[in-house]
Amino acid sequence: MQEAMINKAKQLLADGTVNRVMGWKRGEFVYDITPAVFETAEEIDADFVCDDFTAANVSKYLVKESRKEGKILAFLKPCDTYSFNQLVKEHRIVRENVYVVGIPGGPKLDAEKIKAKGITGILCVKNENGTLKIDTLYGEETMPYYEAILGKCETCKSRKHVVYDELIGEEGEVITAEDSGRFDMVEKLENMTAQERYDFWREQLSKCIRCNACRNVCPACTCENCVFDNPASGISNKAAADSFEENMFHIIRAFHVAGRCTDCGECSRVCPQNIPLHLLNRKFIKDINAFYGEYQAGEDTTSRAPLNNYDKDDCEPSIVHERGVE
Amino acid sequence: MNKDTLIPYIGVVTDIRQDTPDVKTFRVVSPEGGKVFEHMPGQCAMLSIPGVGEGMFSITSSPTNKEYMEFSIKKCGCLTTWLHAMDVGQQITIRGPYGNHFPVETDLKGKDLLFIAGGIGLAPLRSVINYVRDKRENYGDIQIVYGSRSKDDLVDYQEIIDEWMKDDGIQVNLTIDNPQEGWDGHVGFVPNYVKELNPSLSKTVLICGPPIMIKFTLAGLKELGFTETQVYTTMELRMKCAVGKCGRCNIGNKYVCKDGPVFRFDQLGELPDEY
Amino acid sequence: MLRIPVAKSDELFAAIASQQTLYLPADRKDGQAEYRKWEEGVKLSSRLNTVRSAKDFFFPQTENLAEFRMEGKKIEVIDIRKESEDFVIFGVRACDARSFTILDKVYLVDPVDTFYQTRREHGTVVTMACTRPAETCFCQTFGIDPTEPEGDVSCWSDGSYYYFRANTDKGQKFLDSLSSLLEDGDTAALEETKAKTKEILSKLPLAKVSTENFGGDKLNEYFRSEKWGELSESCLGCGTCTFVCPTCQCYDIRDFDTGHGIQRFRCWDSCMYSDFTKMAHGNPRLTQLERFRQRFMHKLVYFPANNNGEFGCVGCGRCLSKCPISMNIVKVMKALEEK
Repeated sequence: MQEAMINKAKQLLADGTVNRVMGWKRGEFVYDITPAVFETAEEIDADFVCDDFTAANVSKYLVKESRKEGKILAFLKPCDTYSFNQLVKEHRIVRENVYVVGIPGGPKLDAEKIKAKGITGILCVKNENGTLKIDTLYGEETMPYYEAILGKCETCKSRKHVVYDELIGEEGEVITAEDSGRFDMVEKLENMTAQERYDFWREQLSKCIRCNACRNVCPACTCENCVFDNPASGISNKAAADSFEENMFHIIRAFHVAGRCTDCGECSRVCPQNIPLHLLNRKFIKDINAFYGEYQAGEDTTSRAPLNNYDKDDCEPSIVHERGVE
Repeated sequence: MNKDTLIPYIGVVTDIRQDTPDVKTFRVVSPEGGKVFEHMPGQCAMLSIPGVGEGMFSITSSPTNKEYMEFSIKKCGCLTTWLHAMDVGQQITIRGPYGNHFPVETDLKGKDLLFIAGGIGLAPLRSVINYVRDKRENYGDIQIVYGSRSKDDLVDYQEIIDEWMKDDGIQVNLTIDNPQEGWDGHVGFVPNYVKELNPSLSKTVLICGPPIMIKFTLAGLKELGFTETQVYTTMELRMKCAVGKCGRCNIGNKYVCKDGPVFRFDQLGELPDEY
Repeated sequence: MLRIPVAKSDELFAAIASQQTLYLPADRKDGQAEYRKWEEGVKLSSRLNTVRSAKDFFFPQTENLAEFRMEGKKIEVIDIRKESEDFVIFGVRACDARSFTILDKVYLVDPVDTFYQTRREHGTVVTMACTRPAETCFCQTFGIDPTEPEGDVSCWSDGSYYYFRANTDKGQKFLDSLSSLLEDGDTAALEETKAKTKEILSKLPLAKVSTENFGGDKLNEYFRSEKWGELSESCLGCGTCTFVCPTCQCYDIRDFDTGHGIQRFRCWDSCMYSDFTKMAHGNPRLTQLERFRQRFMHKLVYFPANNNGEFGCVGCGRCLSKCPISMNIVKVMKALEEK
C-alpha cells in the first residue's frame, strides 16, 4: 500500500496535478509518526510512511493547506473523508485546492496499548496472523493483534470513502451501529444510575490536564479564537480554578461540536491521559439519531444538519423531561 | 514564612490627572502614607485590580520624589480601562520594584543626555528626566526630543512647559505628527526631527516610544554617527510574575522583567529579534 | 547496604505512611501509572514512569497565591500560605529527580518562590533506580545515570530486595526512622542487576543523542535556523509536551471571582499556547513557528545560557510518547544539527 501511495504521490507531483503532498512522516521509532507535507519526490522517498501506526487524521491540516498556493494531494482513510467533507461543508477547506486519494483505513495500532501490557523497549512491531510480534530491547514479546487496536478503530463506523478524486484499493461499506458496536458503551453509560454515571465521568475527567490536545486536534474545532482562549469571554482558563472545571470544558466542547462531530475519534486518540472523550460526542450522535432520524455528519456536503434545521416532526423540548432522570 | 513577591501590597490612589484623551497619571501612596517602596529610574511595578488583572507599569515619578509614586497609563486593554475608570481614593494592589534601571549613577553620570520619546513612551523617561533635573550637578547638557500624534496627546505637557522648559541647560524640542490649530511648534515625526536637530555625538541617548519610532530613530542616529553602545531603551512584553520565573517576557535568554526592561542597543543586538 | 525484602514492601510503606504522607507511582486501570497517596492496598507500579511527572509535588498545576476581599474602594490582601506538611515521594526516577534541581534553579533563586520552597523543604525524595529503560529514554544525554539516581535517598531493587542509601541529612533522617525494618546486607545481586541495566542503556536507540552542539553560544544560529518551519508545521499548539514535561516551569497568574472575594491562583502555562505572550497591543509570537521555537530554544539554548551550561531537559521521554503528532525534542535536536 505504501509503495502504491508513494508512486501515486510522485506521479501527481511530476505531472503537476499537485505541488504538495499531505501524508505522514516516519519517526525515531516504529510508532511515532508525524503528519507532514512533502514537496519533492526525494522527501517522499526518504520519509513518507503509511503503515499500522499512521492513524492521525490529516483532514484538519487541509484547512490551512488548502488556502495556500497550488493544489495539495491528501491521502485520506475512510474516517478522514468524513472530517474532510464536514470541513468542506463548513467552508473551512477549499475543495478545489485538494486532490483527494482515498486509501484503505485501519485498523491502526495503538503503541500505548502495547506499552500498557508492560512491553517496553519497543524496536519493531509485526502482525503475524493475528499475533503481534514485538522486538524489544529485552527480547521478543507477543500479544494478540486485536488487543493493540486503536480505540477509534475498534468501533469503526465505515470503510467507505465519502469523498475522493481517486481511490487506491477497493471501496468498502458503511458499517451499521449493530456491527460496529459504537454505541454500546454509550448505552452502558445510559443504563447506569445518575450517581454511577457521575462517578464514571468524575474519575475520567479528573485526569484531565487541560492540555487542549483534544480540542486542537478536533476537525470540528476550527474557531479562530476559542472561547477558552479568549480572556474577554470570561471563561478562559488554562487550568482549573476549581475541580469541577475540567468537566465543564469537555461538556461545553461536546455541545459545541454536536451535529458536526463525525466521530473520527481523534480526541481520545491524542488524550495523554486516555480519557474516553469520544463517548461524550457519541452520546450526542446517538441522541440526534434518536430524535431527528439517522444522521452522519460529514456523509455529504449539502444536507442540512438536524441541529441547523427545523422540521415539524422535530421532537419537542419536553423530551428532556419525558426522558427524565431517576 | 518570608514575604513572597507575588503577594502584593495595597496602594491608594490619591490623585488622578487626565494627561491626554487616553492617558491618565495616577498618584499612589501606601495606606499609611508615603511611598509603598523605593525604586530607581526605569524600574517598574505590578499594579492590579483583583478580579480584573495585573500588569507591569513603568514608575513615572522620580525616586527623588519622597512622597508618592506616579504611573502614567494609557488606556489600551482590559486592566487599563478599569484603571482609567477609578476615582480618587480607590485602592489597588502594587508590588515591586522590578527590573533593572537606567544607569543614572554609573554610565550616565557626567554625560550629556539626549532623551527621545514618542507618545506614552515619555512615561518611563520622565522618571529619569526628573531624577537628572534633581541631581543636575551630576550630568551635562540635557536635550529632550518628544513627539506625539497631536498637541493633546503630549503626556505631561504642563510639566514640560512649566518646569522642564524653564530649567537652565535643558533644551526641549517638541513635535507633533500633523499641523494643528494653536500649535506653532515643530511638525513632523520624531525620527526625522532628531535628524534635523543633528545632536552632538557626545550625547548618550535614552529612547522610548512605539517600536516603529524606535526602529527609525535608531537608524537615523546611526546615520548621524551614533553607536549602539550610546543608546539605551526600555522594553515591554507580556509579564505575569515580574521576577523571571513565569517564562513569557524573554528575548532570547534575557527576561525583560528581570534582566531588563532597560537595554543598551548593543546588548539587544546580540539577542534574537523577537519583540 | 541497608535493605528490605521486596516482599515486605507493604510493611515498609505502612511504616513510612505512619510518619508522613507517602506518595508513590501506582497503576491506573488504563495501564498507565500516576502518583497516588499510599494507603493499604496501593501497590508500587511496575511501569517505568508516570504520565504526569513528579514536578506536581513541588509545582502543582494550580495553586492559590492570595485572596482579596473587595469592599467599596478598599482591598484587603489575605496571605493564605501555609507551611507544607512533611511528605515522601517514593519511586522517583533519576530523570524526574534531576528535574527538581532544574526547577530549583528557577524557583529558589532570588526572589525565592516561597510556595515552591516550602514544599521542597518538607518533601523527601526517594528515588528508584531504573532496571527497564524504554526506547524513549535519553537521560544519559544529560549526564544522568539512571542506575545511580539522585534524591534525598537513592533506592535500588534487584527484584528480591530494595536497597537504600541516604544522600542528604533529610534522607539520613528518613532512613533512621525506618531502622527497625532495614537490615544491612550484601549487594552482589544488586551489582548484577545494575550491570544488566547498563548494558541495555548502551543499546538504547537514543543512546547517542548528544548535547555537544547545543548551549548558550548557539543563540542566534539556532534561532535563525530554517528548520523551524518544517519542524513546527504539524504542531497542534496544544500543551501536552509542556504539561507532561518535568522541567517546564512556566505559569500564568489569574484571578477567579468566587462570589465572596477574589482568588488569585497560578496555573501551568504553555509557550505553545497562542495567548502566552499576547498583550493588549500586540503579540511578539504570532505564529506557531515562533511559539514552538521558544519551547525548544528555552531548553537547549536559553536555559544553559543562564545556568552554566545545564540544559532544561532530563531526557525522560514523556514528550516522545505523548505528543499527539510525535514531534519532540529529539527530533528537533537532530534536525537542528543537520547543516
